[in-house]
Amino acid sequence: MDPMAAIRETFFVECEEQLGELERGLVALENGTAEADTINAVFRAVHSIKGGGGIFALEDLVRFAHVFETSLDGLRSGTIEVDSAATAIMLRAADVLADLVRAARDGSGHDHGRVASASAELAALTGAATAQAPAPVDDLDDIVFERVQLDTTPTPAPATPAPLPEARRTWVIRFTPRAEMYAHANEPGLILRELARLGTIDVRLDADALPALDALDPEGAYFSWTIHIETECDRAQIRQAFEWVEDHCALDIDEATDPSAPPATDTDEGLRALLARISQEAAEAPAAAPPAGAPIPAPPALPSASASPVAVTDKRAEQATTIRVDLQRIDRLANLVGELVINEAMLTQHLTAAGLARAAGLANTMESLSQLTREIQHSVMAIRAQPVRSVFQRMPRLVREVAAMTGKTVRLICEGEETEIDKTVIERLSDPLTHMIRNAIDHGLETAQTRIEHGKPAEGTVRLSAIHRSGKIVIEVSDDGAGLDRARIRAKAVEKGLIAADAPLTDDETDNLIFMPGFSTAATLSDISGRGVGLDVVKQSIHSLGGRISIASQPGRGSTFTLSLPLTLAVLDGMVVSVAGHVLVVPLGPIVETLRPAPGQTHRLGAQSRVMALRGGYIPIVDTGVLLGFRGQDETPEQVVALLVEGENGDRIILEVDELQGQRQIVIKSLEANYGAVDGISAATVMGDGRVALIVDVDALIAASRAEIPAAGRSPTPRHEPETLLTR
Amino acid sequence: MTNDLAFAGQRQGLMLMAFRVGAQEFCIDIMTVRELRGWTPATAIPHAPAFVSGVINLRGAVLPIVDLARRLGLAESAPSARHVVIVAQIGSQTIGLLVDAVSDILTVDETLIQATPDVAVSEQIRMFVEGLLPVEGRMISLLNLDRVLPSNIPEAA
Repeated sequence: MDPMAAIRETFFVECEEQLGELERGLVALENGTAEADTINAVFRAVHSIKGGGGIFALEDLVRFAHVFETSLDGLRSGTIEVDSAATAIMLRAADVLADLVRAARDGSGHDHGRVASASAELAALTGAATAQAPAPVDDLDDIVFERVQLDTTPTPAPATPAPLPEARRTWVIRFTPRAEMYAHANEPGLILRELARLGTIDVRLDADALPALDALDPEGAYFSWTIHIETECDRAQIRQAFEWVEDHCALDIDEATDPSAPPATDTDEGLRALLARISQEAAEAPAAAPPAGAPIPAPPALPSASASPVAVTDKRAEQATTIRVDLQRIDRLANLVGELVINEAMLTQHLTAAGLARAAGLANTMESLSQLTREIQHSVMAIRAQPVRSVFQRMPRLVREVAAMTGKTVRLICEGEETEIDKTVIERLSDPLTHMIRNAIDHGLETAQTRIEHGKPAEGTVRLSAIHRSGKIVIEVSDDGAGLDRARIRAKAVEKGLIAADAPLTDDETDNLIFMPGFSTAATLSDISGRGVGLDVVKQSIHSLGGRISIASQPGRGSTFTLSLPLTLAVLDGMVVSVAGHVLVVPLGPIVETLRPAPGQTHRLGAQSRVMALRGGYIPIVDTGVLLGFRGQDETPEQVVALLVEGENGDRIILEVDELQGQRQIVIKSLEANYGAVDGISAATVMGDGRVALIVDVDALIAASRAEIPAAGRSPTPRHEPETLLTR
Repeated sequence: MTNDLAFAGQRQGLMLMAFRVGAQEFCIDIMTVRELRGWTPATAIPHAPAFVSGVINLRGAVLPIVDLARRLGLAESAPSARHVVIVAQIGSQTIGLLVDAVSDILTVDETLIQATPDVAVSEQIRMFVEGLLPVEGRMISLLNLDRVLPSNIPEAA
């Protein structure tokens, strides 16, 4: 990758962070939970995006960010009141800014209408609606330049100590920006203010080059400044103020020939008097055009006042306690640590075999070694862990959009955003969460009218929370809507043939019907949650993350989706089994229970198939060894252990294995990287003895069993229940 | 190694690693070789072709082992601790080649490689043997490993 592309990539990564910061700040302002620094943080976020956008000449982005920044500045200085109307506009603007950033990143187009309307809203807020619009020619007479306040007084206390008069020198700076400088979103006002921090300055604007209005190129550059500065700084320090614009301006810095001579005081005072008169006139008759020859303020691209760049830099330095690391490097580290754990286990095994495990000193050393390795393992996992905030912070926008589309008023409450979970899991959480939140607003919440009729507040609430619970992360999406309509769900399930008309179902079981494939109660597929995709897809994606999903609902009170997810995808809870002399791992997730079938519990069905009578039903039996080709059809041993497993789609089969070796947490290794996909096997792992064990893909086995064993009918009367070894 | 070959190698060398499989000698481009390991029992893969002995653990990565004797259609060998696994990089995949022993490191002139004579050889030999090298009265077959894993096994994503 060439360096510029790498910088560009970094810029967009940072943009995402800044957008998150922006949204968080605006939401805090909206909720009234803002802290003293929140407005500044919000401003900095937009400012940084604008600055970066300027470097990459992303004009649309810069232009919009600029309008946005101006409004935020009003917010900061108190000229715009922080009320719900203002924050709503700001939040919409933040969404548009996010779109522009993404459009710039992907090189895709964006919705010009939306950008324009957001700009107009912001401008209306700022009260400067015409600031950006190029004037139509026939309206020339009505054009009035807005007076822009250039505050050149140094805001923070100068960092330099009290200057010694004898060290002071006077410099004359001639500064003539070219159009590119403005195009890159640089502002002379900021530079002048930066200079003002260095010493006493006297600035004069030369607007002679300014053409008549009809000949004026709105993106042109016509001004130059002559600055007299009295300072103890040297040429290099002065030049530093122009560091960012040096390539885009003509700049002369000379030491004044006669330092004692005050810079043309007469003109200066004349100018001040003129300025005073103009501002007075402008205040009295805002529509009156300034007299010709009067200093015309800087081009309209300038905002009034802006953040002190120094303050921004300081904040940056303070935050720079994190580093960016390539995920692959961390994965490699995690891999090596996994190996270390295995090697440690092997060492212990060998020591025990050699009868040395109890030897003086050795036992202690081994103990501390194993503690160290485990600590390293946890630390590495912690590096991969990230707060769920990154996915949660996308949701407020979604809620706004869906609320707008459905015409409902919705408040989103996020809790536990700091809860940490593996990065890979986070990335794959976004879609299911989006779906569930859409669902909660579209189907869960009632309209404001209905809510009021039921004595509820008109505004619906959707709550999104994350919490760690016994080695898992539990995410809940709940709404205070109508709850599930069980009668309708039941009717629908019967109609679609998903359940028998007389099936006895508990409320919970009825609720969970909504996760079945082919189930969708919405009469019409709405644009919002419909899309022809049901909650079964959500369930599948949660399952593929090794998690579980369930729903609880109270009529009239609302529904709660509960997701329980593993903290990492790199580790899996598995049941270690042996089959025909091979060691396999069955993921614990799909195992419903483990049985040792009593003699006579299994029944032959046709030439090859067998079923097991279990609680009044018949479950097809599959010998894992046969299915994986480890042994022939008739080689199934007498004594087997049966695992009742349930696939993603709810199908249940019994997997026969020879022996259980116990539950273990295992590290998942790719089999496909160096070999390829294997039917019935999802991945591999390395066991304590250093050997590879394969992880069974339960869903593939269920599918394979369907293919090999024809649809099962009913077999003779059930006998007594098999002995249950383990129930989950 | 003859002086001729050594001289040729300095001029434009092709470095090869030679190894024995059964009674025959083969060689591969040494640039594909990552490391050599002693044989350890492999974990069988379901539905795998007979020449794939299984997978072993290579410092945390899962390494498939190809039994070259079977792959080349030679007499099968019962692997023991004295067998050697050549860890080779083929495309994006790393695989282990089970051989009897590593015999030599050669630097040869590419022009010395002779085409396989048009005799009745097995399909496997025609598929993998790219050329023949005369070295000190021995004959070493140069192998092309690109298709050592069958094409019906998908490449890594």
